[in-house]
Amino acid sequence: MESSRPVGGLRAYGLIAGMWIRSSLAYRASFAMTVLGNLLLSGLDFVAILLMFSQVDALGGYRLPEVALLYGLSVTSFGLTDLMCNSLGQLGQRVRDGTLDTLLVRPAPVLAQAAADRFALRRVARLTQGMLVLGYALVAVDVDWTPLKVLLLPVMLVSGAAIFGAVFVAGAAFQILVQDAAEVQSAFTYGGTTLLQYPPTVFGKELVRGVTFVLPLAFVNWVPAAYVLGRPYPLGLPEWAAFAPPLVAVGCCALAGLAWRVGLRSYRSTGS
Amino acid sequence: MGAARLYVAVAAGGFRRYATYRAATAAGVFTNTVFGVILVHTYLALWDERPHLGGYDQAQAVTYVWLGQALLAGLAIQGGGFENELMERIRTGDVAIDLYRPADLQMWWLASDLGRSLFQLLGRGVVPFVVGALFFPVALPDDPLIWLAFGVAVVLGAVVSFGIRYLVALSAFWLLDGKGMLQLLMITGVFCSGMTLPLNVFPGVLGEVVRALPWSALLQLPADVLMGKADPLGAYVFAVAWAVVLLVGGRLLESAATRRVVVQGG
Repeated sequence: MESSRPVGGLRAYGLIAGMWIRSSLAYRASFAMTVLGNLLLSGLDFVAILLMFSQVDALGGYRLPEVALLYGLSVTSFGLTDLMCNSLGQLGQRVRDGTLDTLLVRPAPVLAQAAADRFALRRVARLTQGMLVLGYALVAVDVDWTPLKVLLLPVMLVSGAAIFGAVFVAGAAFQILVQDAAEVQSAFTYGGTTLLQYPPTVFGKELVRGVTFVLPLAFVNWVPAAYVLGRPYPLGLPEWAAFAPPLVAVGCCALAGLAWRVGLRSYRSTGS
Repeated sequence: MGAARLYVAVAAGGFRRYATYRAATAAGVFTNTVFGVILVHTYLALWDERPHLGGYDQAQAVTYVWLGQALLAGLAIQGGGFENELMERIRTGDVAIDLYRPADLQMWWLASDLGRSLFQLLGRGVVPFVVGALFFPVALPDDPLIWLAFGVAVVLGAVVSFGIRYLVALSAFWLLDGKGMLQLLMITGVFCSGMTLPLNVFPGVLGEVVRALPWSALLQLPADVLMGKADPLGAYVFAVAWAVVLLVGGRLLESAATRRVVVQGG
């Protein structure tokens, strides 16, 4: 009779997200304008990179198409996650005003509900912008394409989105404990995608080590892209590390799931 | 002076209101610091390739980054001050009550926003700046007079920022839903203030245009005053001129709005 939990969660997610999409499409002009606005806003950091390259030929030894490849991979995978579970970044607000209780009493997994909450289709803008830059990069970049490298591209995007997803879920769990921590989460999500837009050679060794071994954001694009571009990764990782992103993603998601359970179990309602 | 006391009280209220959320302030400090670290590295790479780009040396470029992170919240460079609240009051019609009060609408919100500004400059600006100055090479003056001049430039920047956001907020009288305008405010704020890249690095005509817009009074001018790259008097004249234009524009728009538009709710 009862469907399994993951299927039930996905179904609930689909229903809630569908409802929010229908409601946002009720005001078509407003929707179109906000998508356009988001597209511009999301494109600003690439404009900044273009402005930088109007002054120099290379940044940290990377030329524009190579930086664009990093940027495209980072923003596309982040855009996918941001579209699907952005509202997890605002969970603290639901804890603060006590409306998380509403999600708890409904017969659907809380994580699915919290992720689909206020689903905003306008966020396709960031995804679209990331894909546009990625498309440009793939045309412009000078790479000896092998079947393995081609295959690595979709693997990177999916694993990258999963790694960012794990950060969102872990952050949401943290916000159950510290309700005002939304900005801390932004530092890792938006900060993370911004960091990955630039070549690893730009940053200090310590920072690169931190995002490779501690919070493994480097597996979203830096490590696999270094293999695709045929450039040495600053930390001298073995070549097989380029194919580790799916494993890293699975590990991150498992840890984030654990954090979520702990967070949710420690939830105390506002008490009023 | 009863009026002056009133606005001081409103400003103090704005300050205290933002001071209440300590965890949020700490979280904001953390985020500003993280973004500062990322940005500093990209700037260092850029200035490695092109030393003296835009007339800055590396230490000055680094200083610019940390000033940006320090002023971002205080001067509401990408929005996020009183304008959200005023727009909501216009949308719901509550603004009618504000208009009945024996206080000037623009001055009321200016006072409240300056109170918020002061708290966020101290609460969110100082720590990232100190962290930046401790861990990265920065170019800071020893002369207290220059710091004073910088302080004046920041205050003028706060007024210019208010002037821009007041106009944006009033647009809600006609548009009701302010999302689009807030987004526009964010885009122009981030790009034209020099948050992404110092305005003196922008090439050609684009650079000349953005340097003449009011947003350059928010970050670029205070930074240049602090680092001795701009004559303080010239910077003040520029900021005051824009502040006057924006504030007078705000008053004109306000009187047009209250005269011609029927406030929500009849």
